[in-house]
Order: sequence, then structure tokens, then C-alpha cells
Amino acid sequence: MTIDWIHFTPWASLAGGLMVGVAAALLLFFSGRIAGISGIMGGLLEPSKGDISWRLAFLLGLVASPLVFSVIYPLPPVHIEASYPTLIVAGLLVGIGTRYGSGCTSGHGVCGLSRRSPRSLVATAAFMAAGFGTVYIVRHLIS
Amino acid sequence: MKSVMALMAGLLFGTGLIVSGMSDPAKVLGFLDLAGLWDPSLALVMGGAVIVGLVAYPFAEKMPRSLLGDALHIPTATHIDRRLVLGALTFGAGWGLAGYCPGPALASLALGGLKPLLFSIAMLGGMVAFEMLEKVRAHAELSKKSGTP
Repeated sequence: MTIDWIHFTPWASLAGGLMVGVAAALLLFFSGRIAGISGIMGGLLEPSKGDISWRLAFLLGLVASPLVFSVIYPLPPVHIEASYPTLIVAGLLVGIGTRYGSGCTSGHGVCGLSRRSPRSLVATAAFMAAGFGTVYIVRHLIS
Repeated sequence: MKSVMALMAGLLFGTGLIVSGMSDPAKVLGFLDLAGLWDPSLALVMGGAVIVGLVAYPFAEKMPRSLLGDALHIPTATHIDRRLVLGALTFGAGWGLAGYCPGPALASLALGGLKPLLFSIAMLGGMVAFEMLEKVRAHAELSKKSGTP
């Protein structure tokens, strides 16, 4: 294993991670909710009364975050290697998989591990393993 | 007030993702590419968030209600089943293909550009498909129980 020292951003990533953790804690303390993005989205598809506005507000904040960020500081550049068809297939897999698995990187990876949930640990290990495996196949076996 | 706090939490969550570099799929794929040049950044993002969570959750679990008076919705499921594992594996495969998971995808929508939009619409489509499949399953189980075809 060779570390990519050029792209590795330990301090910025740790600081961003702490912010994500504080955001999840805020939602938990004030709204009593788990900050799992796929769960918050999925709950809007089968809505129940009084359970809609906090979801929409949280997602609105998430979507608006780059706009607010760009007022204060220039946005970092992004590189999206995936082609349009790949993005569609990937999106479908992420949508179905996160709902069947009851969570994504935030719900299981951040909130679940914070609760020391064995269920979330298994889910996190599984999606990490699938992510490692998929990138290995795409980058080192196919191309 | 409740919506304002949720909005602020969403804003901070997204800002954290941008600061951490996770809004860039290339950086996520750099983490998932163990056999290539490996960028460990994502581990520090999760680590940083979990450190805060490990401190926050024990307090939350002792609270009778949220600070704004709502019930606390902390997951109670503990079973590890096929659904959980297969779902997570499916998610991980999609994550590895594009480098997007739900949070960063939504936090990239407002940047413009077709790619995050296409991914997010497909992701929503996948979630809608799940809801429909669940209804079919619930219906099938119900008719099995009642004996009607």
C-alpha cells in the first residue's frame, strides 16, 4: 500500500469530520433524530403527519450548504470520473442498497458507530468491503 | 423553531462534507482504491465525526425528550440479517462505482452540473423502487396468511 501524500488532507478532513459529528449531535439533541441521509430521504417517500418538515429543512440545508460556503470561501474543485451511464447505475444501487440496508455512510458509518451498534458495524464493514472490491475491479482488473 | 434547527444541522453537515473534501468523488475513490495510491482522508472524516458522536450519544440516551420537546427516535433494531448485509453490499458497490454516497451527492446538487443531478435522480429512483418492492412483498405476505390467492 502506497499513501497518496499529495492528495491526503488530514487536518481539513478531520475538521470536516468534526463538523459532521457536531451537526449530527445537533439534530439528535434538538430534534431527537438520527442524521442518516438515506433514512431522512426515504422517510419522505412514505410520509407520516408531523414527520415531513424537519426532513425537508435538513435536506434543504444540506443542498444549500455549497451556496453558503461559496460566499465565505471558494469551493474546492471536484473531479467526477464516472460516465453518465455509470452514474445512473451507481445511483440506483445506492438508492436501493441504502434502503434495504437501513442506512448509508452517515446513518451506519457515523451515527451507528457512535452508538456502538453491532448492526451498524456489520453494515459499515459490508459497504466498505463492497466499495474496496468495486474500485479494485474497475481500476485494476477491467481497465 | 424545529425546522430552523434541522436546517442549521443540514447546513453544518453539508459544510463539514465540503471542508473534509468528501464532496469530491475522486477523493472518495482515492480512499476506496487500496491497491493504487491510497488517500486515507475519508477515514479521518469518519473518525472525527464518530469521536463527537461517542461523546454525544450517552448524553442523548439519558434525555427523556429532545431539547425542543420531541420524542427521541434512536434506532432499536439489533438483528443482523440478510437484508442488512445484502443492502449494505449493494450500496457499497454503487458507492465504489461513482464515489458518491447520499450526503455528498445532495451537497453537490447546487454546484450545477449534470452528473450529481443524474446520480441523485437515479438514487431517488432506487429508493422509490424499494418502497414499491416492499409494498408488493407486504401484499404477498398478507395474502399468504389469509389464504386468498
